[in-house]
Amino acid sequence: MLLKGKKAVICGVANNKSIAYGIAKAFVDHGAEIALSWPGEALRKRVDPIAEELGAAFTFPCDVTSDQDLANAATTVKEKWGNFDILVHAVAFANREDLQGRCIDTSREGFALALDVSAYSLIGLSRAFEPLINKNGSVMTLSYYGAQKVITNYNIMGIAKAALEASVRYLAYDFGEKGIRVNAISAGPLKTLAASGISGFGKILSHIEHYTPLKKNITIEEVGNTALFLASDLASGVTGDVLFVDAGFQTSGIQIAVE
Amino acid sequence: MSVEARVKKIIMDQLGVSEDAVKSDASFVEDLGADSLDLTELIMAMEEEFGVEIEDEQAQKILKVCDAVNFIESSAK
Repeated sequence: MLLKGKKAVICGVANNKSIAYGIAKAFVDHGAEIALSWPGEALRKRVDPIAEELGAAFTFPCDVTSDQDLANAATTVKEKWGNFDILVHAVAFANREDLQGRCIDTSREGFALALDVSAYSLIGLSRAFEPLINKNGSVMTLSYYGAQKVITNYNIMGIAKAALEASVRYLAYDFGEKGIRVNAISAGPLKTLAASGISGFGKILSHIEHYTPLKKNITIEEVGNTALFLASDLASGVTGDVLFVDAGFQTSGIQIAVE
Repeated sequence: MSVEARVKKIIMDQLGVSEDAVKSDASFVEDLGADSLDLTELIMAMEEEFGVEIEDEQAQKILKVCDAVNFIESSAK
């Protein structure tokens, strides 16, 4: 029960394949109370049943592209809970046409949208909730290796994740004096609703199965367990970091299959 | 279970509709009330069940129950 008595706000559950679902489940299994957000009605009807399944304290609207929504979300959480301990940001978006072909063709609008929803939102959420996060709290977000190296078709999202990872470092610095930690989990590819926008995803999964030290794709439960560590006091010395949960893929250079 | 029955079962589970509603020429959006996320989840559920990959271009042509059944039957061969 690593999170007994802790409260966690989790943004980014869409269904039971979501990475944020794996995280929420791990938190609940270890004694945390959780609250889940939804950005609009289309997702509310998905989030509400999951909230019920996991025994969430409440759900609330939060469209991260709206400053008003962020302020309202903070008010709601304050009314329900007062303070809380853990903030999970699992939100990203890019236009489908920007997740294929050449990155050079990304439009100004597509760039702004992807960076707003996928990177600025961590800063906006953190600022809105800052007064409510307890000392020794933990903020975390989800990244992907495409932030650091080129992944075919990941394009604008790689640029957005690079901005996100840099944001993690600066937020960790800002929050440091309050004892609040900020980290990213760089998860290996997972077949989520969000991943459905990425062309050739099956080929990526198959590549990972062959060319990682662990010879497998990871699961949302494995990401959940790492999130549990980061959320807990076990990670009290870890901040501003990007932790890889990727079956070791990021260590790979050239790998040749052994006969 | 036949391919058709398995596809229909997925549709019933994903969209929360009854067996009677899942007629062969029923449209996911117009008749079964699916939104775009439902359609994406439906495609993902079929990929998982049948171990196939359905590319975007193909997925966009799967509009009715019979489209889904036909696609899976032809890709399984």
